[in-house]
Parts: sequence; C-alpha cells; structure tokens
Amino acid sequence: MSAVPETALSERTEPLLDLRDVTVTYRTSEGPLPAVRGVNLTVAPGQVVGLAGESGCGKSTLVSTVLRLQPSGAKVEGEVLVLGQDVQTVGWGALRALRWAEASIVFQGALHSLNPVQRIGAQIAEPITVHEPDLGDAAVQRRVEELLEQVGLPGARKRAYPHQLSGGQRQRVMIAMALACRPQLIVADEPTTALDVMVQAQILDLLRDLVRDLGVGLLIISHDLSVLADVCDRVLVMYAGRVVESGTAAQAFTDPLHPYTAALSGAFPRIGDPAARYAPAGLAGDPPDPRELPPGCSFAPRCPRAVDRCTEAEPPLLEVAPGRPVACIRVGEP
Amino acid sequence: MSAAAVPAPDPAPDDVVLEARGVEVEFVTRTGHAARALDGVDLSVRRGEVLAIVGESGSGKTTLARTLMGLERPTRGEVVFGGAPLDYSFRGLKAYRSRVQMVLQDAAGSLNPRQTVYESVAEGIRLHRRDRSDEQGRSEAELVAAALAESGLRPPERLFLRYPHELSGGQKQRVLIAGALALRPEVLLADEPVSSLDASIRGEILALLLRFRQELGMGVAVVTHDLGLAWNIADRIAVMYLGRVVECGTTEEVLTAPRHPYTQALLSVVPEIEQLEPVVLTGEVPDPSRIPSGCRFHPRCPKLADGTADRAGVAGDCVGTPLPVLPATGDHRAACHLA
Ligand SMILES: Nc1ncnc2c1ncn2[C@@H]1O[C@H](COP(=O)(O)OP(=O)(O)O)[C@@H](O)[C@H]1O
Ligand SMILES: Nc1ncnc2c1ncn2[C@@H]1O[C@H](COP(=O)(O)OP(=O)(O)O)[C@@H](O)[C@H]1O
Ligand SMILES: [Mg+2]
Ligand SMILES: [Mg+2]
Repeated sequence: MSAVPETALSERTEPLLDLRDVTVTYRTSEGPLPAVRGVNLTVAPGQVVGLAGESGCGKSTLVSTVLRLQPSGAKVEGEVLVLGQDVQTVGWGALRALRWAEASIVFQGALHSLNPVQRIGAQIAEPITVHEPDLGDAAVQRRVEELLEQVGLPGARKRAYPHQLSGGQRQRVMIAMALACRPQLIVADEPTTALDVMVQAQILDLLRDLVRDLGVGLLIISHDLSVLADVCDRVLVMYAGRVVESGTAAQAFTDPLHPYTAALSGAFPRIGDPAARYAPAGLAGDPPDPRELPPGCSFAPRCPRAVDRCTEAEPPLLEVAPGRPVACIRVGEP
Repeated sequence: MSAAAVPAPDPAPDDVVLEARGVEVEFVTRTGHAARALDGVDLSVRRGEVLAIVGESGSGKTTLARTLMGLERPTRGEVVFGGAPLDYSFRGLKAYRSRVQMVLQDAAGSLNPRQTVYESVAEGIRLHRRDRSDEQGRSEAELVAAALAESGLRPPERLFLRYPHELSGGQKQRVLIAGALALRPEVLLADEPVSSLDASIRGEILALLLRFRQELGMGVAVVTHDLGLAWNIADRIAVMYLGRVVECGTTEEVLTAPRHPYTQALLSVVPEIEQLEPVVLTGEVPDPSRIPSGCRFHPRCPKLADGTADRAGVAGDCVGTPLPVLPATGDHRAACHLA
C-alpha cells in the first residue's frame, strides 16, 4: 500500500480541473473552522466525477474555490487549477475570463436564486452579453433560444418568469445559464436535490447527454450517493472535510470499502430485497463540528467498526486496491 | 447499521380509522379556472398500519394529506374518522387535531424560529390540555421530555432551550415529530418527512415511524416520492397521478409486480446501479385544470406510445374512455385499460 495522489488515478488527458491538496479554513468567532482538509481531485474532458457526503462535510466550500468564490474570510491553501491556471492566484482579468467561459457552476439552491422579476431569457443572456459584448441582440436572442432547446425547453419559454416554471424547469434554466458561454467544465452543486424522482431522472439524463455531446467535464455534488452512482464515472466520498474513499461509481455504491461509504450506500434499500423490509438503515448521530474534530479518525465516534486504535491517528488515504484509495485502517480486517 | 427489524403487523382489514370517500378538492386558479387537485379519491388508513402515498410532484399528495387533516374541505365526497364524517366546526376540528396529527413537508420552515424546542413541543400539549388528561399524571415538562426522548432526542433536557437555527436538519424533523407524538394521536400524517434530510438520517426517522405504529398502534400515512422509503416501511401503497389513486395494493404487490405503466415508470427511475432500462417519462404532471380525456395518464403513457395498447386493442379506450375511481378495498388494483 502506498499513498497516492488522486490525480495519478484518473488522469486520462490534461485535466480541466485539478485540485491539489486543497484546504479551506473559515474564520469564525469561535475560532478557525477547517471545512476542507487536503482534498485532491481531477476532472478530465468528457468525464463525470461525483462528490458525495452528508451536509456539512465541505462539498459546497470546495466548489466555491473552483472559481474563487469563497467568502473573503476563508483561507484557501493548495492549488486550484482550472485548465492549468491557478484560480486562487491569477489576476482579476484572467479570473473574469475564466468564469462562465471556461468553467461555470450551477449553485446549490439555485432554484430560488433566479431573479423573480426578470424574464428567464434576459437572465440567460446576461453572461453572454458580458463575455461577448460585440454580439448583436438578434444573435444573443438566437443563442438564448438554442440554449433553452438544448436543455429541453421550447425557445419561446424565454419570455417566462421564474414563477411560471416548475422546479424541474427552473433547474433546466440554471443549466442553460451555466452553458451560456460554452464552458469546458461545469460544476453542479446538488442539482437534483428537492426534485422528485422523475424530474431527477430527466435532469440526470440531460447532464449525461451534455457531457456526451459537448465533451465537457462535469463535477456533480450530492449528498445522495445513489444519484451519483447512476451518472458518474468516478465518485469521491467526503467526511468532515476529507476524502475518505474514491473509486468507480459502481465500486463506491455496491462494494464500498470505507464504513462511512457503506453506511451511505446502505441507506438506499434495493426494492425487492426482503432484508430491507421494515428495516430502514441509516447512521446514528451527526457529523462533527469541524472546530472540534474527534481525535484520530473523524468518523470513529459513529463508526460501527471502530476499535481503540482508530482514535490514535487520522488514517491516511491509501490505495488499498488499484484505483481504490481508502482512509480506514481497518480495511481488509475481518 | 440497520435499525432492528420490526415484524410486519397484521392489521385487521376492517380496522379502518381514517377514510377518504370519493374526495374531490377543487381550487380556483389565478386565471379563474377550476383545477381539480383531487378528482375522486377513495383511501383508507388502518390502525397499526403504514400507508405510503406516492407519486410525482403535482399529483395531489399534499392536497390529500391536508384534506385528511381537515385543512382543506372537500368540494365533493367526505373524510370519515372513526366511522363519522369530519366535523368542520371550530370545536370539531380542535378535537380532531388532538387525535390526528400531521408533520408538514419542509421541517425547517414549519418550526417557529423564535420558539425554543421546549415551547414548540409544549404548544400542542397546552392547547389540548394533555397534561391534565395524562393517565400517569405527568407534568407538562415531563410530557415534553418524554416526547423528545421517544423521538430519539436524548437527553431531552439539553435541547429544551435551543432554537431551530441551533439544530441540524434531522434534529428539527425529530422535534416536529415529537410535537405531534406528544398528543398520542391515533393517526399520524407525514408529508415527505425525510426528503430534505441526508440519507444517513433518513433511517432513524423512518425507524421512529415504524416504532409508533408498532408500539402505539398508530395509523401512519406517509407522503413521499421515494419508493425506496415505501419499501422500507410501508404496509400498503397508493400511487397517485393527477388527483387520482391509479394503483394500490400491498407494498410487495405494487413494488414487485406493478400493474400500472405509471408505477412501472416510477420504479424504473429509482437510481440503482444494475437496473432495468429506465423509462424516463417526458414532461411533468399536467395542470389539474386540464385533465386529459380518457385515461388521465395517456399523453405520457409509454405503453400507448410504443403501440402496446394498440396491439391489445385498447388504444381507443386509453384516449377516450375514463377509468372508474379505484375502491379502497385493500386489493391490488390498477386504473389502466391494459391492467
Ligand atoms: N461562510 C462560512 N463561514 C463559516 N463556516 C462556514 C461557512 N460556510 C460553511 N461553513 C461551515 O463549513 C462546513 C462545510 O460546509 P459546506 O461546505 O456548506 O458543506 P456541504 O456543502 O457539504 O453541506 C460546515 O461546518 C459549515 O458550517
Ligand atoms: N392552494 C392551491 N391553489 C391552487 N392550486 C393548488 C393549491 N394547492 C395545490 N394546488 C395544485 O394542485 C395540484 C396538486 O398539488 P399538491 O397536492 O401539492 O401535489 P404534490 O404534493 O403531489 O406535489 C398541483 O397542480 C398544484 O398546483
Ligand atoms: Mg452544500
Ligand atoms: Mg407535496
């Protein structure tokens, strides 16, 4: 077993996104809050990478670093490379060029972030006109309609106000906005949370098609491992700011090695499995406050497999099988 | 970790406590049209049973739960509790609400942000004078503590003075459940009780609902779009589409041998790794002011689109012949010309 950076595993071509040992610490009145601790992650063109973990484990914080959108009180260490440029250190001009045109983010809770008094067409047009000020109005309008059709809405819907759309339709608009400047990398933070299963399936189909047709790289964040298992090539599982396991989507979901991943995966019963009848599975307790992390493995207090040794030191992320880094000292033990 | 399996109860089929009989609920839309959000629903909740009401957004699940709770009044048909039609007078509803409780969709939004946990749970106890009627003579504080502990919030006293913003999503949901439970209702209606929570916390909340029906003989009706949840805890399932129950039966029947193409489609899109070919329906549930002719599902029905209905000789019926309302007998039934 040897420590390997995540980059070495999934590198197929020059990655669109390359996070190297990224750490994010918030300043709070009760002291520093380490929300993300040493995360490595890459996304290649045409690749779909998933990031899973319970609320509060640092997923959105990590996303915010991709376009340097973290709050000013947050300290970011490590490298955040988007198409080879370190987003955290480039000048403002380069950063502005990067946002929307190279990489864009569909933010969590975006369903509520559309401007309620502006037609959706105007909202989609905004990033286009900022990035391509020379484009004539007719061309912008044509692009807006194309984008809407690309996400499965009639072009004429550009005249609708957000309240006239369903939750699923609004999420499609958010995706159209993310595509507006033809970025190569898209980050979607909880894109299907709060949508029902059928709309969720529709949105996931749409994202899959976009990756296939446009060759973009996609990073999807979700607290729902089953959603990621369905669409991703690779999945990383975070707990208390760290990656605790990664692997192919099938491995993470059906053959989890870390007890935390196993608990997340076990929370989704297989319909038809008699063992799951009247036996909902879950995980007791809440994730720790990042300011008061327990000693050793952060997951130990909730872990069904924890032994005394687990509280001695934070387990390193080790490759226990090809392409399977896991941060648990008990992997392979009975 | 899995909560201890609770054996399936054997509710007497006639032990119906709460019923919807031919319930219709019509709203008037902004444009002045009548929208029939419930268009004839027969449904029964039995003692000691978990009933799951499933379906896409817009199918009428919340409206049904609100109607069963007496918050909406049927424009036709009736809600029957303990054999008698619901009394919609102020006193009638107050008495009813101490026996039937509802946990609303959106836990976070339904707790008063300026009220402590103690106050939230004590409110119902005071309103319904539960401290005076407690057989064990427990005080208000003791009842609040017991309800919180039963809902998995231990030690309860530590949470008494907390405000909602100091709680995690799972804790908020448990506080809401504790508030309902403190009244020892005969029926608990839960609208999407875990849809805003992490999967990891889901299990605990669901195990709680199972315990209530097992230990207190409560009837539980849980509204959800999550079929996995239904497989986890429900004894019976009613599948809703555009204001109607389109399939009902035991959980095993509906989820392992679905007869309605709508149920089959819902099942096919449950995310799983090695699964059936997903049938992703296009569009969404139509607006109830424009209920399609014939079978209300026909414009989206994959069995009509792929010619199956035509080959079976029922395509004309699908488009032109309405289906009857499914009776709440407890048998496995589907409202489909093909079934
Ligand atoms: N602006 C902020 N200031 C201080 N702490 C924050 C801020 N945003 C998030 N946090 C904390 O950082 C941790 C990670 O949060 P977040 O990145 O939102 O997680 P997730 O997206 O996985 O739910 C949590 O403990 C959260 O309370
Ligand atoms: N107060 C209301 N006024 C008008 N229409 C309503 C009202 N409440 C619900 N509806 C409509 O009734 C239908 C069913 O809604 P709802 O019961 O919330 O479904 P679900 O809970 O299954 O998503 C929807 O088309 C919705 O727009
Ligand atoms: Mg988040
Ligand atoms: Mg609802």
